[in-house]
Amino acid sequence: MNIIAFLSSAIRFSAVFLFGSTGETITEKSGHLNLGTPGIMCMGAIGGCVGANIYVSNANTIHAVPAILLPLLFALLFAGLTGLLYCFLTVSLRSNQNVTGLMITTFGVGLAKFIKADLGESVDAAIGAVCTHFRNLFPFADNLGWFGEIFFSYGILVYLAIAVAVATAIILKKTRVGLHLRAVGENPATADAAGINVTAYRYTATVVGSAVSGLGGLFFIFDYMGAWDSGLTSTEALGWLAVALVIFTVWKPDLGILGSILFSALYLLPNFVEVSFAMRDLFNMLPYIVTIVVLVLTSMRKKRESQPPANLGLNYFREER
Amino acid sequence: MSDTDKAEKISPPCLSFLTNQNGGKTVENNVALELRNVCKYFGEVIANKNVDLTVRKGEILAILGENGSGKTTLMNMISGIYFPDEGEIIIDGEPVVIRSPKDAFRYKIGMIHQHFKLVDVFSAGENIVLGNSEDGKFRMKEVNARVMEIAEKYGFHVDVKKKIYEMSVSEKQTVEIIKVLYRGADILILDEPTAVLTPQETERLFAVLRRMRDDGKSIIIITHKLHEVLSLSDRVSVLRKGEYIATVETANTTESELTEMMVGKKISLNIDRSEPKDVQERLVVSALNCNTREGVKVLDNVSFTARAGEILGIAGIAGSGQRELLEAIAGLQHLESGEIIYHDPKTGEAVNLRDKTPLQIRELGVRLSFVPEDRLGMGLVGNMDIVDNMMLRSYRKGKSAFLDRKNPQDLADRIIEELEVVTPGSHTPVRRLSGGNVQKVLVGREISLAPTVLMAAYPVRGLDINSSYTIYNLLNSQKENGVAVIFVGEDLDVLLELCDRILVIGGGKITGIVDARTITKEEVGLLMTKTSSMNEEKEAEDHA
Repeated sequence: MNIIAFLSSAIRFSAVFLFGSTGETITEKSGHLNLGTPGIMCMGAIGGCVGANIYVSNANTIHAVPAILLPLLFALLFAGLTGLLYCFLTVSLRSNQNVTGLMITTFGVGLAKFIKADLGESVDAAIGAVCTHFRNLFPFADNLGWFGEIFFSYGILVYLAIAVAVATAIILKKTRVGLHLRAVGENPATADAAGINVTAYRYTATVVGSAVSGLGGLFFIFDYMGAWDSGLTSTEALGWLAVALVIFTVWKPDLGILGSILFSALYLLPNFVEVSFAMRDLFNMLPYIVTIVVLVLTSMRKKRESQPPANLGLNYFREER
Repeated sequence: MSDTDKAEKISPPCLSFLTNQNGGKTVENNVALELRNVCKYFGEVIANKNVDLTVRKGEILAILGENGSGKTTLMNMISGIYFPDEGEIIIDGEPVVIRSPKDAFRYKIGMIHQHFKLVDVFSAGENIVLGNSEDGKFRMKEVNARVMEIAEKYGFHVDVKKKIYEMSVSEKQTVEIIKVLYRGADILILDEPTAVLTPQETERLFAVLRRMRDDGKSIIIITHKLHEVLSLSDRVSVLRKGEYIATVETANTTESELTEMMVGKKISLNIDRSEPKDVQERLVVSALNCNTREGVKVLDNVSFTARAGEILGIAGIAGSGQRELLEAIAGLQHLESGEIIYHDPKTGEAVNLRDKTPLQIRELGVRLSFVPEDRLGMGLVGNMDIVDNMMLRSYRKGKSAFLDRKNPQDLADRIIEELEVVTPGSHTPVRRLSGGNVQKVLVGREISLAPTVLMAAYPVRGLDINSSYTIYNLLNSQKENGVAVIFVGEDLDVLLELCDRILVIGGGKITGIVDARTITKEEVGLLMTKTSSMNEEKEAEDHA
């Protein structure tokens, strides 16, 4: 087993989980348990496809910057809009968060499938045309040996994922906005009485969080796969792992960087060690088992700081008596 | 330019209104806040109707009223939680619109809610700065320094870095008060601030409030404890069933006059305590030890005897182990060690309840009617109607596969009639009833089963005076029927009047079992805080 290649693959693939979990953490900090994340990641993936399709079918030559930017913007837009739908249902129409989340997953997967079928085969060509630009941000990495392979061999989205996670951690910990967001998720009645606009914070956090999650789907199709293939089934499965990762990292996006690498290493392990076909599925369970162990450990320790936001999953209405 | 602005601000009609009210005396603008004709409805329920109120600068105004009289709703409208359906709010002579708590802060109004609005996992400093959107960089250090400044000015003790979940109730209250002062509030509203404090903590709070009044701040305090009103406030405004009754100078009024205004009729507030007769040992608890799931000790070597024909009161700061103690007796709590010996009046046998399941304990006649903070949490199912809730205790008696609703129906009707439960019918979901009525249903059901031991925790929490006395009388009649009654209460005055003996619990330890007829409130208060202060001393020694 080639350790360097394994590590490098794990770091690269971790972007799927990291985007997904960072986005979900932002959402959950506002008190929204968005179980629609897998569907939102699918929407991000198909958004990227729509963007790529528009660009490739309208441009004569493919340039790197718009080839990345258009799919990226469309991924953010599609995923963000799906998040907006979730907010509209739970905040404005007061529907149950769990049910709405699961509905969003089903809806996202279905709608993505529909759009893909509607766009036809031109999408596959478009993905193929732009996907090289998503990879290998630093061409000089090949000359740096193992150092280059571990630190510089990735596409732009991998670095973006880490940057977003670090930025989120800083915002949550160090800024007024972060303090207010955490207060909204912990105790919306308190935040409300303190003059914080709970509705605005919940809407913004969920839409931004969903947009970030959607980039996980974009990365998976455009960087990792480089083709649609069976993209949706895998994206959905990876989305559930991203939700599990939020719990695994006890709602800390900076821990998410390490956690996502661990999850991706566990996920890719069967590719690097010789195992029978039947064993592969057992290996794929590892991330879930690790999450359950962490859940049990944190709830046994009962440290208040590593518990979920106290009002996670609960809607807030001010004048309810 | 600025002069004309000012002239416009003090609008003539408003000024004339004030002068008229004060009999032509000049008003040196010492009215901080005025409410005129304020109404609020929740659906068809009238929460407030035509309320007029004035608060002066540098005074303590008490708002007196029973539970459900609309005190909190009224204050919530001033602090922007609710929006009035009708009427005007006038601050410094200007009509204002308060749509949100943010608006209230802008008019320098700060409310300290009865249920603290604090984020548990945040530090005191973080909670205090929460929602402040002042310009400039966000630095916790500067925030903490300003908090300490305020604390020193008014004589608070606070640790800014301490997390809320590590704090005692009185510490949390301090954080709440500093929070509104930090925002520069000049009008402070306190909603039942003493409900959870010991007499000593209450005195300390009152000292701080007086200092703030002397500093020129307006303080509105909501309460239903008459003696506090008399000792603290300058004026009293009384509400009854959502309507404004009157405002009187505290110096010119008496306790009975206030009660009459509050309840609407003369009532005697005396509990008829009979001498216990035919007293027998019913429940002997010895050396109980109990840990929470996290391994924290909640009951520490607790021993006492509950006797038939006697009311044993349990006093203590909230969360000192009262709940665990009652649950232990009811078989709902895992015990580390100890014995609970029950003397069965029918057979004369002594049985250890530790070996029994909760069901067997109930069969023996030991009843727990626990009224938790959310009222519906234990004992009743909110979405089920009164009849079905009666069946929660009797469903095992049925013989056929189908439910028999006849007996529960009779029982429900009887409780509704005898305890004057206000409900559209016996098939109304319990959750739709008001808190007081829910409690009557719960206590009524437990009493109906002819218990030998009746444990009631906070049975009058949230009840109006009349309902409270109905419950006290029920407990008294149970005692006269030879039931061993254990009563966990919050109001020390009531405990002293109702109980025969009082067991004081502090930090899971029994700090005293005293005769309720001879002890004073202050002595009980000291016992309540005894263990915690002993622990602190110990800690201080450890540090040294």
